[in-house]
Amino acid sequence: MRKYSVFAIAREAMRAHKGWEAQWTSPEPRSSYDVVIVGAGGHGLGAAYYLAKEHGITNVAVIEKGWLGGGNTGRNTTIIRSNYLYEESMDIYEHSLKLWEGLSQELNYNVMYSPRGVMMLSHNVHDQQSFKRHINANRLYGIDNEWLTPVEAKAYCPPLDISKTARYPINGAALQRRGGTARHDAVAWGYARAASDRGVHIIQNCEVTGIRRGPNGEVQGVETTRGFIGAKKVGVSAAGHSSVVMEMAGVRVPLHSNPLQALVSEPLKPIFPCVVMSNTVHAYISQSDKGELVIGAGTDQYNSYSQTGGLQIITHTLDAICELFPIFRRVKMMRQWGGITDNTPDRSPIQGVTPVPGLFVNCGWGTGGFKATPGSANLFAHLIAKGEPHRLAAGLNLDRFRTGRLIDEAAAAAVAH
Amino acid sequence: MLLIHCPYCEEARSELEFRWAGEAHIARPENIAAITDEEFAEYFFLRNNEKGLTYERWRHIHGCGRFFNAARDTVSDRFVMTYKAGLPKQPVPPAEKVSAIAEEKTVETWEATEGDAR
Amino acid sequence: MSGSSNNLGAFRIKGAGRHTPARTARFTFDGKTYTAMEGDTVASALLAHGVHLVGRSFKYHRPRGILSAGAEEPNALIDVSRDAARRQPNVRATVQEVFDGAKISSQNRWPSLKFDVGAFNDLLSPFFAAGFYYKTFMWPKEAWTRVYEPFIRRAAGLGVAPKEEDPDHYANRYAHCDVLIAGAGVAGLTAALSAAATGASVILVDEQAEVGGALHFDASTKIDGRNGYDWAQAAAAKLKAMPNVTVLTRTTVFGYYNHGFLGLAERVTDHLARPGKSLPRERLWQVRAKRVVLATGSIERHMVFSNNDRPGIMLASAARTFLNHHGVAVGRNVGVYTAHDSAYEAAFDLKRAGVSIAAIVDCRAEPGEAVLAEARSLGIDVLTGHSVTDTFGRLRISSMTVVRNGGSNARKIKVDALIVSAGWTPSVHLFSQSRGKLRFDEKGQRFLPDIYAQDCVSVGGCNGTDDLAELIDEAIAAGGGSVALAGENRFDWTGGMIGAAEGAGPDTVVKAFIDFQHDVTAKDIRLAVREGMHSIEHIKRFTTNGMASDQGKLSNMHGLAIAAEVLDRPIPQVGLTTFRAPYTPVTYGTLINHSRGDLFDPARKTPMHALEAAEGAEFEDVGNWKRAWYFPRRGEDMHAAVNRECRTVREVAGVFDASTLGKIEVVGPDAAQFLNLIYTNAWDTLKPGKCRYGIMTREDGFIYDDGVVGRLAEDRFHVTTTTGGAPRVLHHMEDYLQTEFPHLKVWLTSTTEQWAVIAVQGPKAREIVQPFVEGVDISNEAFPHMSVAECTVTGVPARLFRVSFTGELGFEINVPADYGPAVWKAIWERAEAMGACLYGTETMHVLRAEKGYIIVGQDTDGTVTPDDAGLGWAVSKKKTDFVGIRGLKRPDLVRDGRKQLVGLLTNKPSDVLEEGAQIVADPNQPKPMTMLGHVTSAYWSENCGRSIAIALVAGGRARIGQTLYVPMKDRTIAVEVTDMVFFDKEGGRING
Repeated sequence: MRKYSVFAIAREAMRAHKGWEAQWTSPEPRSSYDVVIVGAGGHGLGAAYYLAKEHGITNVAVIEKGWLGGGNTGRNTTIIRSNYLYEESMDIYEHSLKLWEGLSQELNYNVMYSPRGVMMLSHNVHDQQSFKRHINANRLYGIDNEWLTPVEAKAYCPPLDISKTARYPINGAALQRRGGTARHDAVAWGYARAASDRGVHIIQNCEVTGIRRGPNGEVQGVETTRGFIGAKKVGVSAAGHSSVVMEMAGVRVPLHSNPLQALVSEPLKPIFPCVVMSNTVHAYISQSDKGELVIGAGTDQYNSYSQTGGLQIITHTLDAICELFPIFRRVKMMRQWGGITDNTPDRSPIQGVTPVPGLFVNCGWGTGGFKATPGSANLFAHLIAKGEPHRLAAGLNLDRFRTGRLIDEAAAAAVAH
Repeated sequence: MLLIHCPYCEEARSELEFRWAGEAHIARPENIAAITDEEFAEYFFLRNNEKGLTYERWRHIHGCGRFFNAARDTVSDRFVMTYKAGLPKQPVPPAEKVSAIAEEKTVETWEATEGDAR
Repeated sequence: MSGSSNNLGAFRIKGAGRHTPARTARFTFDGKTYTAMEGDTVASALLAHGVHLVGRSFKYHRPRGILSAGAEEPNALIDVSRDAARRQPNVRATVQEVFDGAKISSQNRWPSLKFDVGAFNDLLSPFFAAGFYYKTFMWPKEAWTRVYEPFIRRAAGLGVAPKEEDPDHYANRYAHCDVLIAGAGVAGLTAALSAAATGASVILVDEQAEVGGALHFDASTKIDGRNGYDWAQAAAAKLKAMPNVTVLTRTTVFGYYNHGFLGLAERVTDHLARPGKSLPRERLWQVRAKRVVLATGSIERHMVFSNNDRPGIMLASAARTFLNHHGVAVGRNVGVYTAHDSAYEAAFDLKRAGVSIAAIVDCRAEPGEAVLAEARSLGIDVLTGHSVTDTFGRLRISSMTVVRNGGSNARKIKVDALIVSAGWTPSVHLFSQSRGKLRFDEKGQRFLPDIYAQDCVSVGGCNGTDDLAELIDEAIAAGGGSVALAGENRFDWTGGMIGAAEGAGPDTVVKAFIDFQHDVTAKDIRLAVREGMHSIEHIKRFTTNGMASDQGKLSNMHGLAIAAEVLDRPIPQVGLTTFRAPYTPVTYGTLINHSRGDLFDPARKTPMHALEAAEGAEFEDVGNWKRAWYFPRRGEDMHAAVNRECRTVREVAGVFDASTLGKIEVVGPDAAQFLNLIYTNAWDTLKPGKCRYGIMTREDGFIYDDGVVGRLAEDRFHVTTTTGGAPRVLHHMEDYLQTEFPHLKVWLTSTTEQWAVIAVQGPKAREIVQPFVEGVDISNEAFPHMSVAECTVTGVPARLFRVSFTGELGFEINVPADYGPAVWKAIWERAEAMGACLYGTETMHVLRAEKGYIIVGQDTDGTVTPDDAGLGWAVSKKKTDFVGIRGLKRPDLVRDGRKQLVGLLTNKPSDVLEEGAQIVADPNQPKPMTMLGHVTSAYWSENCGRSIAIALVAGGRARIGQTLYVPMKDRTIAVEVTDMVFFDKEGGRING
């Protein structure tokens, strides 16, 4: 792999950039691999990279029905934070945040991780109690998260309306300074390039149509639109399509797939310095490096694989945005889109072994999977390599729905974005 | 925004009047107190989450207030039919199934044909 | 009307255009005043004065002019303001109509449009290839946040967001129709006439100020023997006069959603100098159409060649619009570069208007014979089989370099404008948004509608129908009626190309722009492919082609063709990126319209709200309710007021507004049986006239809601829920009643808003209430704690509950909501005279905590079982079924060590714990610490003379008596675990 650097750019600038090589290769699939990962989003590509790098397993294929990074990796609002409530959540999201902090250097690919701070607005006593619970739990766990007064919140984010006459006045905010954003495509591309460089096969435009199992029920490989591909181990990391893929192995997972919408404004000169979230009025907003206001809207209420949603979801979100930031009423929506999120009953992910030997699953990240990308990928690789979960992901198992040991971030915070 | 036909009001109304209420035809076990942990998890948590034809419940919450069932294609979001609660699962004409699958095969851009091209 | 000056611009052509010379408007552009004609766009007005340079590009800050005459404009984005608050960035100068007094500024330049420091980027462009930022700015690690990113952000972005709140208002309208027609050109108007004739309800929509579409520029087409544009206006007038037709101009169909639902944005006042105050600035239309006719036409593409972005270079059809509609010539000596016959017609119109045509350069060897002949007869020099390989001129094009294809002899031709055409791209945006599938038309090199997903039909240009007669037939059929109409055009057009022209490479370093706003060039596409980006989506994202505010209306097809060429694949196999709403950008103001301030989410207020406000209440938000929080007297802060209220309630009495409690009437012969199934405890044993506290779980066994239920009769229960829980509890009950227990004869009615609820609590409560009550003996003996009766209070029919959420003797008086204020006044008058107080939710919280009563949602969070909350007694052991019976028995819900609610007392009585604080056994352990639980409620208790707290603690009840620790940021607080009752442990006060 040719290293990226300012010197490489200067050299290429002198010869019309003709020397750049393909960031990843597009090989023909082999007849079998040690590990096949289904789904070339950030989680799947990252898992392949860590399998190669940390576990020495390079005979790996990542199979993708569309184009790599084309699912939720390339459709989300790129919020990164780790200030969750439960230990199981803090473990994986903080593991992830630590990896984010060095990811550009690790991959030699600028993923533009930008710790601009994630500020969550508190609008009432109940919010305040909930946020302080998070802040205290985070502090004792070694995760930064602090309480701001309304005036401090306004200083951190000047467009914010903190007047007492607002419909839902702000009584404070929780701020995680290490939280922020990253460039979503770059994460997929950076992992793809690094994985490809270590010998991983990334096979795009190849849809898995079945999972073949042996006489003892164990996984033998996957049927695809490009033929059968053998594998001793199969890891499914297919986001909104996880139910569909797992069903091929006869495994049911407790998921609902719902369209989640987002939108961006026209590009503006810098006006919004951080990420702001409000669960009470349902608004999530930041400004991209290009200058677009990036706004996360809600999920449609029904199951769907359509990647589209209703206009009312968008308008409801903008209601909230303009209530918090009245100066934005003249700003224009430039593009809206949708992704398919896979939501679990407790709004926490599932990563673990399955009843099928050799089949591993990583799903249920719902509306918050992007922030977990490096951590989830890293621990998923461990799970696949060792056959059992890493300590930091042990609580995310499927069995919790039988025992009732849920990780109910939804109950604790209404929404786990 | 979906347009939903309420089988009680016998009228198609805007989605704003309705609340989705999960997969249909999941009966609460009669002997619920006696079922195993696995059976309970299956009943309470596991869902088909179909890509394609799904049977689901809606409630006309800002209308007549009734729960009812619907058959819908989760790829096109097209309703095949709605019918009253308590009726058994209604069969869907074969043509509807085909259209659901055809829709699925032509999802997005180039990737559908790319495989053949190689 | 201020236009006294007759200087309408040196490039106005006398006798051309459709505006009235007498009606003028003055506006400023970058501080300089100009006079325009009413009906001008900012673009046409500036061009009339010879101003081509209007903006700077996004990345390289290159000087840019006006490229188009419509909504597809990528370059001419301006800032338009009436005053500081009414300022709109990123407005397309080609769409914005001039109004008198408009202040218009260029964007993305500093210090001035003509001299922009940012243009330094253009010199560095060899370094700034597509995706370069992924490859650098990584060292040192911290520099990305501190140095590089702020620098990139400052350079990026286009307009400047308003700094003040928008004073304008916006409107919303819902509409239903049989047929919605998007686009009012020949096809749309014809379809509308046809549909209207059938009596169908029709909405015809067009984004421009007047109907006519392409007839704005196409002056040679005749319909019904008349000039096309005039026919269009007459047709529109006829349609407007019909009762079943609505014609909306200045209105864009921006989104086509599921099930025939469309979003329209109407610009109501942006073109008016002095809009009436009652008018909204813009209006959102949300239309449900039975059928949709798409008549959205097509958009002309530019040619891709070296330095094709200089001011003065524009689309041929745009030049024609400026001439034929606005009466403005885009230059005096105009060059033409084309791959399509349509540009010839532009040259003919200009030539006839007296503009010199330097040459028509046609990259095709064989243009259409008819246009070629006409060009010759007009004496225009046509260079077929030639290409423009470069242009010159810093702020405006001054010349072009022309080379014979395959040859090397270049010649430089002086021009002051260059009009271009690479052919026409059908506008399939809305079709694609409706989730229809496209097919590639090999011959026309374009994507056309193929498989429809909704009840919709495409007609005319957007359907690839080029022939006028065919177009009219198609439109009549789409309308479903019949209309007699004949059209005639002078030339049948041929030609068109997509991708890079000769002057763009393939492997040179030239800048041949595809996406103007984002500065994406042909070589960027090639680089992306070289770097392994083989999917069109990857190419788009890597180069940002098509991601600017015009969303690729001009650039997508060119980018696709270049990618296909480099990949050596047919175009349909490279594919097209998805079209997404909105078609053109829509202001947030339009989308939210009325939903702001009080209408953002209407506040729910109790019947006594105004009376409480008059008593000085501070209110808090609880869900969407406004609840009286505390009642400060002069000089009191919240703490002092709450202490006083708490003391007074326990010493005398207090009056409290409990109207927000959710209330559900459960009626029917099987009502008790139903409640048995819904609540964990038993109800058949409850006698009429008595109340019971009930706990509700879902099937998972966690506490879902709680409240007191009164049995008024064998078949009638008055159920109360938490304030926030009422709607979901009713939904939950209805679900079980309708679908799981439909055999039960029970009716459920929400009565939350029917009853005003006045709680009177404290030792003197009975004395206060007594004189007003008739029809029931409320003595302790006859009406003990947990009784309910129907009676009258102050003569008003009432439901009287003997209940207590304070631990004191207490009553809750339910009266019909409209009587609430009157009853409240009577009771409060007497209570006040006896020394009682009004109290709010904060005091209610403190008093209930003193008694260890929990609040669902504060002390529980959806992971707490009844037993965890110390309410195991409320779970029936005898019932064979209730919702939650099985979930409660799951392994994790019955294990040892679960978190349980307990009391906490700080070692130092004055320390009040923080709600949400975490609890540990060993405060000196390293992080990450093992946390045992958290503080759910904590208050200063004036009645206990110390702080009190409730907490969820792992194995809590077994820890009573132990010391645990609450590590705060600055100190650690030691606490003792206790039971949850802090006041009146014996519970005697409840009987007075």
